[in-house]
Amino acid sequence: MVKAPIKAESKNLDFYYGNLQALKNVSLQIQERKITALIGPSGCGKTTYLRCFNRMHDLYPHNKYHGEIILYPDQINIISPGVDPIEIRMRISMVFQKPNPFPKSIFENVAYGLRVRGISNRSILSEKVEKSLRSAALWDEIKDRLHLPAFDLSGGQQQRLCIARALATDPEILLFDEPTSALDPIATGKIEELIMGLQEHVTILIVTHNMQQAARISAFTAFMYLGELVEFGDTDSLFVNPQNKLTEEYITGRFG
Amino acid sequence: MGIFDNELKILRERILKLGCMVENAIRDSVKALVERDSELAKEVIKRDHLVNALDVGIDEECVRLIALRQPMARDLRLITTAMKITTDLERMGDLAVNIAERAIELNDEPQLKPFVNIPKMAEITQTMVRDALDSFVTGCSRLPYEVIKRDDEVDDLTVRNFEELLSFMIRDPKIIPLAVKRTYIAKYLERIADHATNIAEMIIYMCKGKMIRHTEISEET
Repeated sequence: MVKAPIKAESKNLDFYYGNLQALKNVSLQIQERKITALIGPSGCGKTTYLRCFNRMHDLYPHNKYHGEIILYPDQINIISPGVDPIEIRMRISMVFQKPNPFPKSIFENVAYGLRVRGISNRSILSEKVEKSLRSAALWDEIKDRLHLPAFDLSGGQQQRLCIARALATDPEILLFDEPTSALDPIATGKIEELIMGLQEHVTILIVTHNMQQAARISAFTAFMYLGELVEFGDTDSLFVNPQNKLTEEYITGRFG
Repeated sequence: MGIFDNELKILRERILKLGCMVENAIRDSVKALVERDSELAKEVIKRDHLVNALDVGIDEECVRLIALRQPMARDLRLITTAMKITTDLERMGDLAVNIAERAIELNDEPQLKPFVNIPKMAEITQTMVRDALDSFVTGCSRLPYEVIKRDDEVDDLTVRNFEELLSFMIRDPKIIPLAVKRTYIAKYLERIADHATNIAEMIIYMCKGKMIRHTEISEET
């Protein structure tokens, strides 16, 4: 396993939806500027785990965390109540399963996070919006219609717009929750290439139901089951020679 | 049993069938030589196209399974192993044909001397082939490691056979054409044992996910 510096690390992470324990003692190191994929059957806790990283669970009452998620290099505990979730979401952005642009123009979608941060200088905004759209491989397609509604774009373009929106605040980690499950194979290919290119600048954590996708794009893969981390390793080894019987059964399609 | 599991079962069975055909070819080619039975040798040569056809068929099936089933983990290792070992088996079949061809040529000439080393080599080699194929069925065991170890015995016998024949040739150059053919046959058997070793190494990969080819293996870990 090629070791990069650690960007984030969960330590003995438990998570509860009310009385239901959805994560059990998950300890995992996320390596910097690498793609780490989370796989596992529905209900295994992979999305729950992903959502802990930008405090999405705070939006609902009765949700409880135990343990820590440490963000490096400053070593803050992401899930500590004293840490501002808004600040965390600037540093750790999320892209969802279905493209979810705001009912605003293309430009304003990307500028949104910056405006929340208090940036209103037109030229700074324009520069950031262009840079983010370029990084999301969307600029050339839409540069002449930045002020049209985001909903005018195709599904694949909308998803790239959401990636541009997530990139605009220069996040350190990008979280992807099945970002291509609503897209056709061509759009999926574009998003996958985009994600692979982004890892030069940002650490990526991706939940996917598509094991081939995990195999294609990630450097590391974690297999989860019933809220526990079953196996974690470099993607090559995990898909060719998994060490755990459960992992083997899941990836060979003989589960349950 | 799922569709894919059934396909893998059929794949395994076809490999064993190929293995069986090759084992028979080796056995019959050596028998044709030792018992001076040229008809049997011709039979071996005639049957080789069946080995070739099955080799191609298995390769095509493996490619189909990779394309359509996208195998992972032990399934992937089984299929890649299958593709490699059929190549080894097919080459063994060709070597059996070579032995049969030399047998026909030697059977037309007077017997130089009774065969001693070659039947011994043939016996060890055949056991290696059988054990390699058995370990393909039984999976993880000590058997493939045993196969790899025995390759040295065959190598030693090849050298001994050559040295003996060389001393004969020095004493009586007239026998050189016959003696050279005998050294060829020993070499063919030695190559068959090498292919059996390759198969054993691939079986270890299939079981453990570890490539041990071109490394020193001493003990099962």
